[in-house]
Amino acid sequence: MSIFVGRKTRLVIQGITGREGSFHARQMLEYGTTVVAGVTPGKGGQTFQDKVPVFNTVAEAVARAAANTSVIYVPPAMAAGAIIEAVDAGIALVVCITEGVPVLDMSRAMPFVRAHGARLIGPNCPGLITPGQSKVGIIPGNICTPGRVGLVSRSGTLTYEVVNQLTRNGIGQSTCVGIGGDPIIGTNFIDCLQAFQADHDTDAIVMLGEIGGTDEQNAAEFVKQRVTKPVVGFIAGQTAPKGRRMGHAGAIISGSSGTAEEKLAAFKDAGISVMRRPADVVELLRSRM
Amino acid sequence: MNLHEYQARTLLKAAGIPMFEGDVASTPGEAESIARRIGGTVVIKAQVHVGGRGKAGGVKLARNPGEAADYASQILGMKIKGLVVHRVLVVPAADIATESYVGLIMDRETQRPVFMVSSAGGVDIEEVAAKTPEKITRLPVDPVYGLLTHQALTLAFSLYTDFRHVRAAARIMEQLYAVFTTNGASLAEINPLVTTPDGRVLALDAKVVIDDNELDRRPDLALLRDETAEEPTEVAARRANLSFIKLDGNVGCVVNGAGLAMATMDLVKYYGGEPANFLDIGGSSNPEKVINALKIITSDANVKAILFNIFGGITRTDDVANGIVAATRQCKVEVPIVIRLTGTNEVEAIRILESVGMRALSDMDQAVEQVVKLAREAA
Repeated sequence: MSIFVGRKTRLVIQGITGREGSFHARQMLEYGTTVVAGVTPGKGGQTFQDKVPVFNTVAEAVARAAANTSVIYVPPAMAAGAIIEAVDAGIALVVCITEGVPVLDMSRAMPFVRAHGARLIGPNCPGLITPGQSKVGIIPGNICTPGRVGLVSRSGTLTYEVVNQLTRNGIGQSTCVGIGGDPIIGTNFIDCLQAFQADHDTDAIVMLGEIGGTDEQNAAEFVKQRVTKPVVGFIAGQTAPKGRRMGHAGAIISGSSGTAEEKLAAFKDAGISVMRRPADVVELLRSRM
Repeated sequence: MNLHEYQARTLLKAAGIPMFEGDVASTPGEAESIARRIGGTVVIKAQVHVGGRGKAGGVKLARNPGEAADYASQILGMKIKGLVVHRVLVVPAADIATESYVGLIMDRETQRPVFMVSSAGGVDIEEVAAKTPEKITRLPVDPVYGLLTHQALTLAFSLYTDFRHVRAAARIMEQLYAVFTTNGASLAEINPLVTTPDGRVLALDAKVVIDDNELDRRPDLALLRDETAEEPTEVAARRANLSFIKLDGNVGCVVNGAGLAMATMDLVKYYGGEPANFLDIGGSSNPEKVINALKIITSDANVKAILFNIFGGITRTDDVANGIVAATRQCKVEVPIVIRLTGTNEVEAIRILESVGMRALSDMDQAVEQVVKLAREAA
């Protein structure tokens, strides 16, 4: 079954004719994702790669191609509008890849997403993949392999690094979710932990966090209370100086909160096995499964 | 993006927030004439992006225009925590009855702008928050409706009992909220908000941080960036579209992706080394980026060895290998380089590098161990 995406995913790609959108549309089609539509206002009626119909609006993509999931590759200033359009059209899962979305825009989009009961993943995230079934976003399909470990991460390439370690050591994944590194995101660690805990196809969970904010600490508390499956965790940025933003808008230590020490202590307290480096993931999982 | 106090004052003033008059000077002569115009005792304040200006001698009280010029000439050109002071703000030394704190931040947890106000103003608010959180009133604002009248009043009532003060402060809360939303701020702060013996409520000091993601669509705000107030290598990196932060170690790091870049720095430390920088070259394998990255890293004399750590997912590692070859031809590198490439087309990438006598590894731990060893030997 896995989480959030799978065989039942019918994907619409917002921004399918753009440079990023078209590149990744081809990658997703190649992987076998059921891509049913693309949306670019003004380009309705065209066909992408001779197989995917392009519409002017998401509402048309839902009405005529029965899309139920959307992935967004539009420029930052238009991203929040694209999220709201997808939710308004009745899409239940919206994945926003776009990086650099103004945070104020996100603070206005999130109440709309919530009020409609939709789920947003991202923005500024690599998306998610259920290996062998559906890839939504930009996680390279070739490094993943089907299996029973769920992975949730705030990073992009660090996720690939760890997934690659798993695959090379024969440990497959149920679903890998990149939740994004921005201050305001639609789906957090707890949402994913909850889904993995309930998922019959997931036996263990890997959680890759970063410095900044309190999401990892809250997630650790959730693990302590509600997660019975083994969890292995990592925090990137242990050597980061305070008050400096490390690439991701969210990866900043402000004052005394958001430090790696604080997060690692919360992990240990919750019984999460702590990886000291990415390569530790294999050993730790084997010892817990 | 951090704004200077004088720039933040301009935004607050434009929103109608009452403030003492004051102006910015870049020469002692300018400071003197501003002090003369204001009359009486003035405060000369260094305009730099660091805290603790007062302790460092960057804030002085001048009793007359002559003293204003003297202090301005002392402060201008001085270094505070490594940053040179290019401008001073000259404001009247105000007669103050009370000091409060008013801050508005974008809060990750509630996903909304949150007001924080406290009648314990003029001090380090983080300290108040840590030691006596009950002294801070927090109020999340629904960005769809904006700050409502009763909310502004509630905040003001938590600061003052005199209704004249309350009414004036409530208006300032609304104006500060407007500053925050119209400028795409992630922080807008008045510290302190003061009352005067004659009953006025004014903003004495202002701080505004703009969300970097706003700058593309707001060229007017992007113009406020003061590159002289930043580390020169970080300015060069931003111009080259690289995310770079200088650190104190000797192992230069070039990595694709912020999370992997942080994990790489951590691994350098794990193997006993010290990273010289954080550098994320992003997803593109454009040789130009690799060249710029190498130029920036090699300009740091502390760097004794350089590590490339590239995970090729979407990025093709053979493209990056070509970039490294081109970059090292253009930009002479005197220190050893260790390259770690893995992922898409790694076999071809390793062949490209070996053909010019470079070595590439595919294991991250091995590569980091090696670069730390090389840096130690060279140090």
